[in-house]
Amino acid sequence: MKAQAKTSVLSHVVNSFDTSVLKGWYTSLGEMVHGTRRYYMTMGFFWLIIYASTLVALDAISVGYHEAYGVTREIPWGILISTYIFFVVTSTGLCIISSIGHIFGVKSLLPIGKRAVFLSIVTICSGFVVILLEIENPFKMMLYNMLTPNLTSNIWWMGTLYGAYMFFMILEFSFLLLNWHRIAVIAGLIALFSGIAAHSNLGAIFGMLHGREFWYGPYMPIYFIVSAMMSGCAAIIFFTWTAYRINGKTYDEPMQNAMVTLSKLTVLLISIVLFFTVWKILTGLVGAGGKVLTIQSFLFGSYAVNFWVFEVMIGMVIPLLMMLYSRGRKYGIMAFASAMMIVGIFVMRFDLVVLGQVVSVFHELGVNEYKGILSYTPSFHEWAIVIGALSVTALTFLLGEKIFKGHVADEH
Amino acid sequence: MFSNFDLDKLAKETLDSVAPMERRAFLKMGLLITGVYAGGKVLQVSPAEAFGGHARKSYKPHYGMVIRQHLCIDCERCVAACTRTNDVPSYGYRTRILEHREERAAGQKSEFIPVLCNQCNNPPCVRACPTSATYKDKDNGIIRVEPKRCIGCKTCMLACPYNARYIKGKVVDKCDFCYESRLSKGEKLTACAEACPAGVRVFGDVSDPSSKPYSYIYQLENPVWVLRPESGAEPNVFYTKG
Repeated sequence: MKAQAKTSVLSHVVNSFDTSVLKGWYTSLGEMVHGTRRYYMTMGFFWLIIYASTLVALDAISVGYHEAYGVTREIPWGILISTYIFFVVTSTGLCIISSIGHIFGVKSLLPIGKRAVFLSIVTICSGFVVILLEIENPFKMMLYNMLTPNLTSNIWWMGTLYGAYMFFMILEFSFLLLNWHRIAVIAGLIALFSGIAAHSNLGAIFGMLHGREFWYGPYMPIYFIVSAMMSGCAAIIFFTWTAYRINGKTYDEPMQNAMVTLSKLTVLLISIVLFFTVWKILTGLVGAGGKVLTIQSFLFGSYAVNFWVFEVMIGMVIPLLMMLYSRGRKYGIMAFASAMMIVGIFVMRFDLVVLGQVVSVFHELGVNEYKGILSYTPSFHEWAIVIGALSVTALTFLLGEKIFKGHVADEH
Repeated sequence: MFSNFDLDKLAKETLDSVAPMERRAFLKMGLLITGVYAGGKVLQVSPAEAFGGHARKSYKPHYGMVIRQHLCIDCERCVAACTRTNDVPSYGYRTRILEHREERAAGQKSEFIPVLCNQCNNPPCVRACPTSATYKDKDNGIIRVEPKRCIGCKTCMLACPYNARYIKGKVVDKCDFCYESRLSKGEKLTACAEACPAGVRVFGDVSDPSSKPYSYIYQLENPVWVLRPESGAEPNVFYTKG
């Protein structure tokens, strides 16, 4: 009985295997050879950046992170952690936004599916590159995560669930390439659940630090999911537009509809994040002590430019207006708005990580050592790794566009 | 003992309007104050925090330290002894003396607050550690680190309400009440407690009624407090000015 079931599954797999897939791969190689000069120049440019930042990263490893990075005892998490969060936020967001179409069946978002799945794998990998260079002993993590797990630790859950997330995203993408849609949806659904669980755990790393009042509470896990969706929208609009420019394609009708839906979704999500931001500030201001000091530091103090210019204006308000103005039809404007959002969101992540640490845990004691706001400036090494990781995303995206031929959508 | 304390004669009053002496008398009826204030700032009145906490999670011995804050003169011999004993890197510290200066204060303008790992009963760093590299020793309650398991994610540094964690090499190290360097070798005191010329640091088994720290913590004459009680970490380092 069992053997019979096995053979029928096998025969199903064999029968459903589309030989055109193999042919497709072969022609992909052909496309790679016949890229334009501009394409190769751009690829070369990103290769150079990655090469240079790899050298800097190796230098950081050899001199020790303590020397190479700008983080301190009081501010142990800096731009590398915030960049990691930026990447995984984008990845989770892309996964959620794409799932609306190809998992939950909202037709208008189907055309962005494949590219979004591919990009979410690319961004999570870029995030892992950064975290690999942030954690002191990343390889031990894999070993001791299994040998001596601490199930009360959010980091444990996040690491494990993101591992599962990446595995199932890759599986989903592979199935999509093979045109095995039903099983792709199952893999996608598992990836979605583990992604959301992992991502809310990432928020909970901050939200469950009861010694840090700026972060502590249920706000962080919830906010992380909403802002992930906002980031996902920005990323898919930006990369779709760029891909269409590279491939010299025109937007067919399904894609035009997808862009309209995306622009509306972006407007909605920016509004929600603005709403969250307003209430985070207002509730924080009625307290006393460290939290108020933190909020003042980004409303009027040394982080005011980051907050008002980058987070609020470049990250949310101006893109919101541009999206409304574009009506989902003016793709150049939408792409520019989403690029602004990506920049703003990058700063948002930086502020989120750093601002939770700028007020010392001993501030309330009123001691001379910790009266004011602590400062952190990313070092050259840290910047180089950040730029390197961004280039990894750019390069893999460009490669993907050629190899997977513009991620053409299939009928579901 | 309570001759001037007659419940029947007292009018209804809120806590704010209770005179200090009356409040003291009330507390003497069976509440112990901990976490009343830190550095002169009122933080929390926590009834029987110490008694309750220790009764719930008791170790034998249950190591703890009392800091008699008013005696500290910031000579930093404790810091030097600690660094020497525990091979602390030049950029790090396991214990430190903070200064609280108040120009408007009448009389004495400065006070010194020694800080170190509080060896908490509900340790945030232990909860946060993904690989159980930081753990609470089952025998004596000391929060210790197993270096080979530490992945250096630094979450414990953020989780700690007392800024007690630091990077040493590729591992996030911490004070272990000199367990590795002294206690496990039969010594009775931590290096800092032994080095202090003013008797600020009183170290010992806080669950033993005959120990010195016990006599400073479980008494009703002088207020005893802990730093940052609101974090819920239930520290085992107590502060007093008695």
